[in-house]
Order: sequence, then structure tokens, then C-alpha cells
Amino acid sequence: MNADTIIIGGGMVGAALAFGLRGHGLNTLLLDEGDVAFRAARGNFGLVWVQSKGFDCPEYAAWTRRSADLWPGFAAEMTALTGVDLHHERPGGLHLCLSEDELTKRQSQMTRLHNHSGGQFRFEMLDRGALDGMVTGLGPDVVGGSYSPLDGHANPLYLLRALQAGYQARGGRKALDARVIDIKWRRGVYRLKTTQGDMQAPKLVIAAGLGTKPLAAMLGLDAPIDPLRGQILVTERVQPFLNLPLTLVRQTGEGSVLMGDSHEDVGFDDGTRWDVLAGIVDRARRIFPFLEAARIVRSWGALRPYSPDGLPIYDRAPEGDGAFVASVHSGVTLAAIHTGALAEAIAEGRLPDEVSVLKAGRFHVH
Amino acid sequence: MFTELDGMAPGEMVSFTFEGRTVAAKAGMTVAAALLAAGVTATRETPVTGAARGAYCLMGVCFECLMVINGVPNQQACMIPVQNGMQIARQRGAAEIGP
Amino acid sequence: MNTDYQIAVIGAGPAGMAAATTAAEAGARVLIVDEQPAPGGQIYRNIETADKAGETVLGADYAYGRKLTDALRASTAECVSGATVWQVSPEREIGLSVAGAARMITADAVIIATGAQERPFPLPGWALPGVMTAGAAQIALKAHGLTAADAVFVGTGPLLYLIAYQYLQAGVPVRAIIDTTPWHRYVTALPHLPGAMLNLGPLIKGLGYLRALRAAGVPFIRGASDLRIVGAEIAEAIRYEHSGHQHEITTPHVFLHQGVVPSVNLTRASGCDHRWDDAQRCWRVTTDDWGETSIDGIFAAGDGSHIGGALAAEHRGHLAALGALHRIGRLDAAVRNNRAAPVRHILAQAMYLRPFLDALYRPAKAHLVPTDDATVVCRCEEVTAGEIRDIARIGCAGPNQLKSFCRAGMGPCQGRLCALTVTEMLAELNGFSHEEIGDYRRRPPVKPLTVGELADLAGPGS
Repeated sequence: MNADTIIIGGGMVGAALAFGLRGHGLNTLLLDEGDVAFRAARGNFGLVWVQSKGFDCPEYAAWTRRSADLWPGFAAEMTALTGVDLHHERPGGLHLCLSEDELTKRQSQMTRLHNHSGGQFRFEMLDRGALDGMVTGLGPDVVGGSYSPLDGHANPLYLLRALQAGYQARGGRKALDARVIDIKWRRGVYRLKTTQGDMQAPKLVIAAGLGTKPLAAMLGLDAPIDPLRGQILVTERVQPFLNLPLTLVRQTGEGSVLMGDSHEDVGFDDGTRWDVLAGIVDRARRIFPFLEAARIVRSWGALRPYSPDGLPIYDRAPEGDGAFVASVHSGVTLAAIHTGALAEAIAEGRLPDEVSVLKAGRFHVH
Repeated sequence: MFTELDGMAPGEMVSFTFEGRTVAAKAGMTVAAALLAAGVTATRETPVTGAARGAYCLMGVCFECLMVINGVPNQQACMIPVQNGMQIARQRGAAEIGP
Repeated sequence: MNTDYQIAVIGAGPAGMAAATTAAEAGARVLIVDEQPAPGGQIYRNIETADKAGETVLGADYAYGRKLTDALRASTAECVSGATVWQVSPEREIGLSVAGAARMITADAVIIATGAQERPFPLPGWALPGVMTAGAAQIALKAHGLTAADAVFVGTGPLLYLIAYQYLQAGVPVRAIIDTTPWHRYVTALPHLPGAMLNLGPLIKGLGYLRALRAAGVPFIRGASDLRIVGAEIAEAIRYEHSGHQHEITTPHVFLHQGVVPSVNLTRASGCDHRWDDAQRCWRVTTDDWGETSIDGIFAAGDGSHIGGALAAEHRGHLAALGALHRIGRLDAAVRNNRAAPVRHILAQAMYLRPFLDALYRPAKAHLVPTDDATVVCRCEEVTAGEIRDIARIGCAGPNQLKSFCRAGMGPCQGRLCALTVTEMLAELNGFSHEEIGDYRRRPPVKPLTVGELADLAGPGS
């Protein structure tokens, strides 16, 4: 055996699970692809976000809330272990509306979320006057927005760095440039063919982002995860003006301003289109007119691993009894609970009850 | 100190201010070159540690010569010709762009 | 399809000028854009306003550039100066900023001729104000008639000796030349000498520069090691080891040079394939014989595609124009090939010397992979060699993973001054080849533009 458990994928989900599993004493091997794998983890906006999640799925909303609540402790633990500052803050978050129509729609979404959560999800609808008390420099088009004290943000790149460093600090082993070509289950063991040679283990975790669908299929699980592109831009460093994250604009700990995003079905194209980017910055400028003077230094297309309903897939493969599949597009928000409750359950050979509605079978309507 | 070659043809002069100091330079010179000729090598303080930096490449590649020119931050001084009455200051840290 | 231009040329150095002129003379609707206030690129910078005195100091090779600018001005090519190109999409949509306003331009073919830049030279203290490149010394001289007192030139390669020679011609004393060419390069370059003999002119000229510098008594220091630039706020001195002793030269002006490399930000951001050229120790965009990249209709010419000097660049530009004209259906293949033949001949001649120069002036390992952990590698984000080594140790697949962990390459220069060093360091630390390690991903905008400029391009209902 190469390990008790092989984790395929060193991105946000894989690294978190590997870190958590090591914490339970499992002998793990983490397989990571090369430098230019699709790496949703590197494209991420950095929100630790509750208020836009699970409008139609109370279980997912609750899972998200739990993770967001665990984040501050999780961030402190990671910093203590690795010395990497995750720049996590939880000042609450805003979703701004640029018309009365948007505001009305938002209010009904927030209310539904609140009701389905038995009051656990807390929010406030803010009018323009109230917003001006929290954020300066808003443009005239901003009519109001929703605020939730449960929201926050962090640096997704440093999060991944900390997870990788933490995994190593816990004695976890890693194989770089190891792309999995084939998986077979035979006589209680998962046998992998990879670009770094053959490997085997009695347990497997497939957390390979956009690589998950074909790998899960090798073990008989249809996990429909496909790319959904979101384009993002970042500016030069600017003096701090915004300490609350907004869904479309966020100022990082370094001072640079991130602006996003889009939802495009363009296959595996992680490029950018000038017209989509122009639309994003146009909206950002309507929110903060003074930002028009900031210089854009980079743009990218982030390919989200997206399921048909946008919700995670946590499941196990039919082949054998020990292969788990985990795929989410909110890897930052869920990082805390992935290193915690999800890793713990997988270490015990099961999935948490709370996420039983998030199996892949939900897409197969008979 | 950078000085002009002997025997260069005289040209139209312009004057600008650099952090309160009036500087004269030949029209057509870039801001970075004019400051070098005036004995100024440091153009900015980095946003990460506040370290002093100056022009390195003079051709728009290194982004070290970032300065505030007429109130606009992070301008590449080596790419901008001096003009009469220009106000130039070192870029100290992050750009001052705010509400 | 209604494009704005048939051929758009980006960069008005020798390659760009030759390309635009050739294409315009063939009757195509041509646009040529350049960031500088006038055509010439870096090598012929300011050539249109240079006076006789300037040309004497800078030499006949510089004066030659006038031919190219005159021909360009006489052609029907539309010439836009002070224009920054921030993107070229694979569909040939060019994002351009002029005087603070952005616009999009489309073309049937694009010729990217954005030239070369200095190879980074990460020495301890290289980020101190007052430390500049030999190229910067050249620009200060060419464009502004400025020279530095107490100049110390450090490094290896023909351009280093050229600028020192030009100082001599201008009557400006050179404090010292610290030549970092490793001794054994003279041996390893020998096999390439026969090829170089086919183009003796530049070689003889170069030897002439060196002879003149020695005759003028300019201190020539060879075999120095452990170079470092020191100073409290600005550069004050350069120190080095030689013959078992520590030496120091007091000066506020140190000019570094260890060769030039293609500027790849635009070709990479456009999605073109690149490969590692170990002879020239740099990344180069992959092109066919006409300069066409892996993306249809996008060509690359000049030092930006293959370092070869001004004359080679001009002829590559000419070939790219012929290739582009054929690509857009304005020139049939047979005519194109006939016209190309004499151009290829001169290009080949200009390139005979190259393998010898590349071998002789290949930088020392210690100047490609900094040994001192405190040396800044990413100047913009102030990431040191030591930090990069630490991150490589937690298992970094390549430069992009590294970038995401420590911000190296995320600053305004977008990797122009650190990418090569990072690739060199990771290749050494991980034991992989440069090709296997790879390069930073580059993305538009390759030069910054404001939120306002881009937002103004948004259509209604975005």
C-alpha cells in the first residue's frame, strides 16, 4: 500500500481534507497535478460567504453557516501551525442592489433563507441611508442592499498555502505532477495508474475539482461537475477604503481591489473577454464611482467546478466501500468544515448526515 | 549625478515642481530623466515595506519609477514627457484613490 | 468581416517599422502603434530628433535607423504614438489606450513586435535607487543626452561594452567595467567561432570597442565574485571579491547588464505557445518561418520573437509582413517566397554571429540563481530568494503555484523582472528542466488601464 488513504487533488477541497485526515492520524498520500492544472483554488474571489447560499436547500445553508462560524478558530489554528496569515475577517458582508427591483427580489430571498433556517440566518435589509453609515463613496445608483453579520472574507491563496504547509507540518506526504489516469477497485484495494507510477490504497478521496467527473466515473459514480467561468479583475494597491466584503467588490489585505464576476458556460476556457470585463467594471464603477481612477493590473477566468444545481456533491462511489467524492465551488467558505466535520466523518468511513441530501443521485430523476 | 553632454543643442526649457522644489528641464525629457538630471534618484516608496526605489530600466518595463503626476498616482515617470507647471511627487505606498 | 485594419503592427522598433512599411507598400490598410512618443523602438530611440552630434557619439549603427523611420513616414501606414496596447485576443481584438482613453481595434492579422528587455540581474542590492540597466544608460544618452558621473558598468554581453564605448566617445569617464563573463565561456564558445567568422563585421567592431576602452585606461575587472551593491537609502558602492580580497568602488551609479531577452508578456497573454531556448536562456514564442505563432493570424517579429539585434529584427519584420499579407490573401505564395528569399539571406547573415555571442556571454549561474537568501527576486512585491526557496520546499509544482503562495509576479511589472529568475530557481530546486517548470501565466491587461477606461467600453445593458 502507498497509504491508508490517497487523496486525489491538492486544491482547496483536497488539501483541506488531506490536512483534516492527517489530523486523525491516517497515513495519507496527496496527489497533485502540475502547475497549470485548472486550479479553481487559485481563481477564487475570497469570500467566506453565507447570505447567498442555499436559497433552495436549507441543509446546504446550514452547512455553510456552520463552516463560516468555525472559520475564525480555523484561521487562528492554521496561522499558529504554519505562520501563514489567512487575512480572515468577519465584519459581515453586503450585497448591493442597483434598482428597487433588485432590492425587492433580494429581500424575498433573504427572508426565505431566514425562515428556512429557523431564524439561524440573520440579515438586515439596509436602505441607502443605512448603507452610507457602513460604506463611504457609494455611487448614486446604489439604492440599498442586504447585510449579514455572518459573512466575511479571507485570502484564498494564503489559505491554500497554509493548508499545504499545515499538511506537511503534520507529516503528510505528497506526490507532485501526479495526474491520475485510471482507477480500478479490486480485492479491497483501489489501484491507481498515475503519471508518477502505480499506486494503491484501501481508501480514496476524489477531490479533484474539474477533474472529478471522469475520475468518479471510473468507479461507477456519475458526478456531473462541469466548468462555469467567472471572470475577475484586480487593481493596483489602493489606500484602504473598504473593510466590508461585497459580493462584487472586495478590497484585499494588500489593498488591491477585486471585482467580479460572471457566470459563463464556455467549457474549459479560462480566458477573459474584454466586453464581459467591461461590464463587470462598469457595475463596480456604479457602486464606487471613485474607483474609476484605479488601474487594473490583471484579469482572469476562474473555472468553478459546478454541479447542475450549484450545490456540493458529497458522495461515495459504488465500486468498493471506501472511495469518497467531494466537490464544491465554495471551497474557501467550506474549508473550515472540510478540515473538521467532513474529514472526521470520512476518517470514520462515512459522510455526515447533514449533507445526505447532497449526494450525486439527486440529479438522476427516475 | 546625471549631466547633459557638452555641445548638445539648446532647447526649449520647461519648469515643474517636485515636492515643493522647482526644477527646470528641457522640453521632451521624460519626468524620470529630468529628475535624474536634477540629482533625484528615488522615485517612490514601496507599498510592502516602504523601501526607497528609483527608475531601473527607463523604458516602461520595471514599474519602479511610479510617481504621482498632477495628482494621478502610479504613473510611469519614464513614459511621460515633462510639461510646464507639472506637479510631481514620489509615490509613497499604495495609490491614494478613495471616496 | 469588417475589421478596422488589415494588418496591425504593435511596436515601432526596427521589426515593427519594417513590417508596417512593407505591408503598407503592398497596399494593405495598416496601423502601427507604439508606446513611445515617436517611432524607433529602443535601439533607434529618438532617432527622428537626434542631431549630428548625437549620431556621432552613438555611431553609424544608430544613424541607420533614420532610413526606417523615413520609410515608415513616407508609407501609407497609420502611425499612432503614445499608445499602450493592453491586450491582443486570439480573435485579434486589440485593446489600446491613448491619452487615457481605451478603445478596441480589430485586424485581419496582427504583428507583435514589442521587442526585448534586459534579462533581470538579481544581485544583492540591485533594487537600490541609482542601480539601473545598461539599457537605461543608453536611453538616458540617446533620448536625453544624459550621462552619469562615476558610472560602473557590471555584467556581460556586447551592449555593456557598447555603452561604455559610447561614454568614451562622448568624453565621459567610465569609473570601471566589472566583466562577469565566466572564464570558461571563452572555451565553450570556441566551437561557434567558425560560424561567427561568416559575419566578422560586428565582431571586429566589438573588439575595437574593447581595445579603445583598454587604451583609454578604463579599469577592467575580470574574475570578480560575490558582487553586492550597498547603500543606506540609495546605491553608494559596489563591493566584490577578487584574488582573496574584498574590494569596493564608491559610486551612486551602477549599470547592470547580462543580455536581453524577448518581452513575452503580450504573446503569452494572447495565448501563443512558447518554448524554452536554452542557447539564449530565455522563453521564445513559437513561430513558423514567417513569424506566425500558434494562433492563426498573429505573428511575432524582431527581438521579441528571437534575439538577433537590430538588423535581424528589421528583416524578421519584413518577413512577417510578407507572411501576413499572404495570410490575409493579399499576396500569393509564390510571390511571397520570391520576395522573401533575399530577406532570408540577409537575416541568416545577421544571425551567424549569434550562437557565438550566446555561448560566450551566457550569464554565470550565480547571477541567474541568487545564492544570497536576502536578494530580492520579485522587486514589486519584495519577495526574496530565501522566501522562494522556503515555498519550493513545501512542494511547489511551478511558478504559478509559487506566485499564488507568495505574490511573486503579482505586482505591476507582471513578472517582467522576476519570471526568469523564478523559473531558473525552481528548475534548480526541483531538478526539472526549464521547459518542464514553465513560466508565469500572463493575462490581460499586459499594461495597466484604469477602471474608468475599461468601464467606458461597456455596452448598454452589461
